[in-house]
Amino acid sequence: MSVLEVKSASKRFGNLVAVRDVSLAVAKGELRAIIGPNGAGKTTFFNLICGSFPPSGGQISFDGRDITRLAAHKRVKLGMARTFQITEIFPELTVFENVRIGAEVAGGYRLRPWLRRAEKAAIRRDVEATLTLAGLDRKADRLVGELSHGDQRAAEIATALALRPHLLLLDEPTAGMGDQETYDITRLIRRLHRDSNFTIVLIEHDMRVVFHLADRISVLDQGSLLAEGTPQEIAANEAVQAAYLGKAA
Amino acid sequence: MNQRLLSSLRLPAIWALLLLAPYWMTPLGGYTALGTRVLVLALGAMSVNFLLGFTGVLSFGHAAYFGLGAYGAGFALKFLAPSTPLSILCGMLLGGVAGAVLGSLIVRRRGVYFAMVTIAFGQVFYYIAFQWSSVTGGDDGLRGFSRQPLDFGLFTIDILSNANAFYYFVLACFALAVGVMGFVLGSPFGRTMIAIRENERRARFLGIPIELHIWIAFTLSCFFMAYAGSLYAMVNNFADPRGLHYSQSGDFVMMAVMGGMRRFWGPLLGAAVFVVLQDYLSSITVNWMSFVGFLFVFVVLFFPRGLLGVLRQRREA
Repeated sequence: MSVLEVKSASKRFGNLVAVRDVSLAVAKGELRAIIGPNGAGKTTFFNLICGSFPPSGGQISFDGRDITRLAAHKRVKLGMARTFQITEIFPELTVFENVRIGAEVAGGYRLRPWLRRAEKAAIRRDVEATLTLAGLDRKADRLVGELSHGDQRAAEIATALALRPHLLLLDEPTAGMGDQETYDITRLIRRLHRDSNFTIVLIEHDMRVVFHLADRISVLDQGSLLAEGTPQEIAANEAVQAAYLGKAA
Repeated sequence: MNQRLLSSLRLPAIWALLLLAPYWMTPLGGYTALGTRVLVLALGAMSVNFLLGFTGVLSFGHAAYFGLGAYGAGFALKFLAPSTPLSILCGMLLGGVAGAVLGSLIVRRRGVYFAMVTIAFGQVFYYIAFQWSSVTGGDDGLRGFSRQPLDFGLFTIDILSNANAFYYFVLACFALAVGVMGFVLGSPFGRTMIAIRENERRARFLGIPIELHIWIAFTLSCFFMAYAGSLYAMVNNFADPRGLHYSQSGDFVMMAVMGGMRRFWGPLLGAAVFVVLQDYLSSITVNWMSFVGFLFVFVVLFFPRGLLGVLRQRREA
């Protein structure tokens, strides 16, 4: 069964159709990349999935449940976590504290006035395991705002992982990174996918990253789904080449 | 090592200063009632800061709940029963419940809009208190009540005429509120407040229902504020419509910002500076507020993290 199923979703802003009839089904354990030229509607499509705003038309299901009109924070509770194109973190908190907030919310403790000792210890173990997974265990006590861009991104992903998501949405995880940082984040994502079997949907501009990681690729162009397939199929697709190289090609 | 020692000494030092205040204030030219005022206004400023410094939400109408607390306590003493604890409870409930109801209407607003709506609601209460003279005493304020000695059955403590006894009563009330505040801020819920302050978008996509959490923080803050207000009525034996006015809200924000709004104890320092300056300067000039204003501008321009924030930065540097 698909973890995520989008059926002909559309989003209009006034006269602008940002997303037009896009459908997509992501299987459990799959890593799906969404690519497309700038302004293709990738981030808008992401925002529809995670509930930043409701779609103008179409349907979105998550784990077999219709979530088309569900509030963003409730989707998170169902197991959907995301990162942003511009890193969104809690800069004045330490890496540990950032991830702990995710872990406490996932544990259902967000309204609790206190934690029992066992709960506290379980959360600590949880956070430490997540930090190790994200390769941040040595930086747990650093303020996130003081970390390098790559580590901030890793901390953002770790915070999302602390939610124990069934689906991880990554919006341009390597945006604005140098080669080394891109390599590190790519390795992290591959670890999460291959070793920990997370289902991941990512938007990415860097084609090296996309072709290295993705099981399947969906190509958006001007709000519509242009093509979908394995990396090999997409690389050979003439329409995709035209969209990327310009209509004249 | 040195730093750890300093920070472990901070809390005992603050409480020692507060506990001994009646003894060191008088030789320095102060008087005990001044200390009592500092405590009450500091509690108000800490309530504002609970919201401003730890949830990142600026309310410019918190005096409404302060004033409601004062009137609630005054009404209880005047019409209900001559009991100080009961009147404080009534004041706290009046302000806190009003805060909970109004809070539910405004938590969707942000930034300037939130501040404007809080001012507007605050002014509504001010004009009610101002106009409805037959009940509230209008411009003259609510009079004809005074705090009552604490009756413990076996013995009573005279907090009415014994200034030191009253100071320690207020200090105990202050400690209770501050303890609860610190407890909430250290809880998982408190951490979600800080998450909202730090990055609302991130917090939302971590599954925190922002509006609900801001509403809870706002309501708690209003309860603390009304509690401070009812203590203020005990201090003055009087409830003043100006205690509801937005300029009073401004004073609280000023104390919090001046002292250091990201710091738990910042507003206490801010309130102490504010009250002492007010007391001293107002005996010299009627324009005392200009001087406080100058200080405020100076602090904001040169020490944006407030007086306590500066101390902290020095030490870390």
